[in-house]
Amino acid sequence: MRADPPSDEPIHRALGLTDDEAAAIERLLGRAPNHLELAMYAVMWSEHCSYKSSRVHLGRLPTEGDAVLVGPGENAGVVDVGDGIAAAFRIESHNHPSAIEPYQGAATGVGGILRDVFTMGARPIALMDPLRFGPLDDPRSRWILEGVVAGISGYGNSVGVPTVGGETVCDATYTGNPLVNVFCLGVLPTDRLVLGRASGVGNLAVLLGSTTGRDGIGGASVLASAGFGDEEAEADKRPSVQVGDPFEEKRLIEACLTLLDAGLVAGIQDLGAAGITGATSETASRGGAGMDVDVSAVPLREPGMEPFEIMTSESQERMLAIVEPGDLDEVLAICERWEVRATVIGRVTGTGRLRVLDGFDGEVLADIPASTLHEDAPRYERPMAPPPAPSEAEAKAADPGAVPAPGDCGPDLLGLLLDTSWVWRQYDHQLFLNTVEGPGGDAAVLRLKHPTTGADTGRALAITTDGNHAWCAVDPRAGTALTVAEAVLNLACVGARPLASVNCLNFGNPEHPEVMWQLSEAVDGMAEACRALGVPVVGGNVSLYNESRGTNIDPTPIVGVLGLIDRLDRRPPGVRLVAGATLLLLGETEAVLGGSLWGRQRHGRAGGRLPALDLRYHAAVCDLVRGLALDGLLAGVHDVSTGGLAVALAEMALHAQVGFRVGGVAGHAELFSESPSRVVACATGAAVAEIERRAGDAGVAVTVLGDAGGDRLVVDGLLDVGLAEATAAWRERLPGALAAGVEH
Amino acid sequence: MSARVGVVLFPGSNCEQDVIEVVRALGGHAEILWHGDRSVGGADAVVVPGGFAHGDYLRPGAIARFSPVMEAVAAFAAGGGPVVGICNGFQVLTEAGLLPGALQKNRGLRFLCTPVDLRVETARSALTSGLAEGTVLRMPINHFAGCYTCDEETLAELRAEDRVVLRYVDNPNGSIDDIAGVCSAGRNVVGMMPHPERASHELLGSTDGLVLIRALLESAAVSSSRG
Repeated sequence: MRADPPSDEPIHRALGLTDDEAAAIERLLGRAPNHLELAMYAVMWSEHCSYKSSRVHLGRLPTEGDAVLVGPGENAGVVDVGDGIAAAFRIESHNHPSAIEPYQGAATGVGGILRDVFTMGARPIALMDPLRFGPLDDPRSRWILEGVVAGISGYGNSVGVPTVGGETVCDATYTGNPLVNVFCLGVLPTDRLVLGRASGVGNLAVLLGSTTGRDGIGGASVLASAGFGDEEAEADKRPSVQVGDPFEEKRLIEACLTLLDAGLVAGIQDLGAAGITGATSETASRGGAGMDVDVSAVPLREPGMEPFEIMTSESQERMLAIVEPGDLDEVLAICERWEVRATVIGRVTGTGRLRVLDGFDGEVLADIPASTLHEDAPRYERPMAPPPAPSEAEAKAADPGAVPAPGDCGPDLLGLLLDTSWVWRQYDHQLFLNTVEGPGGDAAVLRLKHPTTGADTGRALAITTDGNHAWCAVDPRAGTALTVAEAVLNLACVGARPLASVNCLNFGNPEHPEVMWQLSEAVDGMAEACRALGVPVVGGNVSLYNESRGTNIDPTPIVGVLGLIDRLDRRPPGVRLVAGATLLLLGETEAVLGGSLWGRQRHGRAGGRLPALDLRYHAAVCDLVRGLALDGLLAGVHDVSTGGLAVALAEMALHAQVGFRVGGVAGHAELFSESPSRVVACATGAAVAEIERRAGDAGVAVTVLGDAGGDRLVVDGLLDVGLAEATAAWRERLPGALAAGVEH
Repeated sequence: MSARVGVVLFPGSNCEQDVIEVVRALGGHAEILWHGDRSVGGADAVVVPGGFAHGDYLRPGAIARFSPVMEAVAAFAAGGGPVVGICNGFQVLTEAGLLPGALQKNRGLRFLCTPVDLRVETARSALTSGLAEGTVLRMPINHFAGCYTCDEETLAELRAEDRVVLRYVDNPNGSIDDIAGVCSAGRNVVGMMPHPERASHELLGSTDGLVLIRALLESAAVSSSRG
């Protein structure tokens, strides 16, 4: 929101509303809106809050499943995980704030996703962060990376929720527009599920937590719903970034969970994008009620704030609780014990209207039908068009399959290795004593304990987040299906079956027809794979306008999948080798290099054809691998994904510091192909024959690759690299690049 | 073993439930001591757990030391009661003057969550009694300000009086003399940066922390029978 719009520009445009949208508001109200009302519509009808460009597509995702308790549309998805326990989880983006102010952008992203989860009555038990940055040789991208990691570390560690995984990917497509997606998982007793509803005329709306300041005004409409232009404009946007206070959030979590335990709230809602406007109108609208908000009662961080600033501020660490008047004293006492500010700012009414008042008996500053902020938000069927097909010459130049075979694949392998432990060692990933498998594995594994009694169920939750822009750039539909497939296979590697998924759809400017086409294709690919693999979608977030200086990012749908391990009597096999063990490949390799890391990163070729995905075969591989992991037949396991068989084998070797020698790999295309539905299994003794037998029964191809052991990484005829040399390349890539310093 | 362990909770503490879980798993009783309490109740031992008391905003432990409960903890310690500070708890105990030295930001100026090897340097402390000196234990550190420091005089005193309880085998944070944990002159107050409660189950990758918590419970039982 600009402080001083040019006098010839109508105010609605300065607030980010189109002329048509302004006219629609006037029709809904039957009169011209005042400045405050216009500001409230502007935040609620922003792309970020209303999903106005994507909503018409999202309905194609499957949302039903046996375990699903709460699907999309609430603050978080919730599934039943047995023993009276439910799991709530959600993923969100904080891309634009993180591009402007990396530390606070990432920190407040963590804070926001936590509130979404404890709003459902769940105690947050784990965070994950899929991150995307520009290339490591770009000093500004390094500045963003360091700031984002420091922000997640600073906020997540202090607020006391472990960060158990995520991804760190660097690619030129994210230069100037990084992606900071944050995923949170919480657990709650199933019978304590709370929904963000305001019901009961006369009930009170109590604002909990931080004071309201000028930070984050217009965050949803100005920052999250437009791309980046020039540097001066970016600097101007900095005041729209909120500032996080993890200590406030920690007390807020404890106070809210205490209130919920005591049964003292009828409804609760976090204040995220669109601040008090969003929280009051959402709770009222969901509950079929209305609300009167006394804007003069809101505790302020600074004097002289205008009502529109108070109503749209995105100041962090605030919650809105709906409380029966008789419970108010007890609510205030619990908040005082946790040193959490609590102020009555509203009353539930039966009018269906959201009114903003200067004192409950004072002047009416705004008066609008609460539901119109949500239900009447515009929905755009924006034009879609696939990008123009490349000429034959262009296609050939982009096809990694056309690169001549390297004489020695060793340098290519070394160039693809990236150890991200520099990132995740800065995150507390062990708090709560649940973390059986933390960052660096195929999926995080968390012991499942009852959230109130602490009783160990002997089972575990598994979570993974996955995304691959290189695949989606080649074919957004097939690439997204491959992404979902990879996530489910990651869960299988730790012995987990998938329960449900959430997603964050990071795309470019929706006003570009090819971006809308990408989004639509990605939704279809996700729907196909989720249906075939039995993974309902219980929540999501769409982040558009990810563009920098006129260039859209490659489409980057990220999926987060929650799985359940039905019995956890031993640690999962993990990404490792055991000296003397036999190495087997489960699944079949299609030797194509389209969309591969090898083609893109080593040879600058981002095109080609993606390997085929047979979802039925994939499900069989997942079932096979899950059973092998659960039954203790694997000494180590890793799915074959980015970087292909070469990187899969190398990562297993590097984690264990044990070499390998394998043969029978026909050429570099087979070595670096990212064809799906494959895992490398490491097994000893009688387990080898048992794996072969089970694979045969499942109709899954099994090939003996070779043996683990020694201090070299050897693929006969293709590569022969010392373990020490590979270890150095792997470990040093990230810290080595960051040592070159940053610029901003 | 039914020692009663009081686990101090400041606003911003976050490892209190983890400590309670492990104490109970070993047969001890564990209860929260609220920061505003003016006594340690009937506790036989006190643990000041990890976390970010008061957000660590001024300096780790700098505000927590003024909490009413810390007066009670100091009195309990003065009477010989076993008191153990883990991570942020160690920082609080140094700020409160119950242990010498201070914890500075890590060499490298980054937060570190990673397993480390620790050598037990003395069996004469509330946390290590009964252990073999030289035993190496593996457990995680999880801190930004874990670099132990003190003046040369204090260091000489700690060495001379055998009050370095734990040393890092491979110093992760720049601590002076590789110190990971120290004890008071009375040997009943111990502070350590690594987290024994996180090395408490095979599924978590190590059970080495259990020997320390068990030793604390034994010290608590002794304190209780004396008490």
